[in-house]
Amino acid sequence: MIKVVFFAALREQLACSELMVSSENITTVADLKHQLANKNEQWQSLFNNSSLLSAVNHDMVDNDQAIKSGDEVAFFPPVTGG
Amino acid sequence: MNQEISIQTADFSLADEVALLEQNNPIDGAVVTFTGRVRNNNNGQNVSSLTLEHYSGMTEKSLSKIIIDAKTRWNIGRVKVIHRIGELSIGEQIVFVGVTSKHRHDAFAANEFIMDFLKVQAPFWKKERSEQGESWLDAKVTDDTKAKKW
Repeated sequence: MIKVVFFAALREQLACSELMVSSENITTVADLKHQLANKNEQWQSLFNNSSLLSAVNHDMVDNDQAIKSGDEVAFFPPVTGG
Repeated sequence: MNQEISIQTADFSLADEVALLEQNNPIDGAVVTFTGRVRNNNNGQNVSSLTLEHYSGMTEKSLSKIIIDAKTRWNIGRVKVIHRIGELSIGEQIVFVGVTSKHRHDAFAANEFIMDFLKVQAPFWKKERSEQGESWLDAKVTDDTKAKKW
């Protein structure tokens, strides 16, 4: 299983802060995004947003980053701290 | 635990932080500090307060990487980064970056570098409250451009 977490505006728009996804058929962040986007139209538009950022095990990554069972994958909007 | 990084809801004292950077540190002649505060307006709207959310675990890891990067680029002594989370009112302190070095150039440059990368890599998000209601802040393209210049 892959633990998926969401933050800030994305978390509110999805009305979801975290979920567990089977790692079957998922080898990259892009695969996971694709699977999440298939849930419904709203999720599709949110996960197809090119400004969305991803992190795997607390490191910022690109869509082609490999992922496996046991990883924690995060999706969030561009950061606005400081 | 990394003593150079603190993510906290409580306020901090600039004087106390400077004292810690200077204490038993006779080799560094330069101390550069930056403090960020909550402004009363953004994009022409009157802001009454803001809430800061972060990604616990990743925040510390990303700040730690930025500090390591700064230490490889410049000859710096001590570093301290404080970022507050939770609800903050106008005028309150949000962020502190303190850097010491033997001579001023390294501390000035490293301090700005750390702040610039914190802005685009550390997972914090601000939600503003104004007369128009609540809204998440949009990231600024200028912040991205500035970080890429290093």
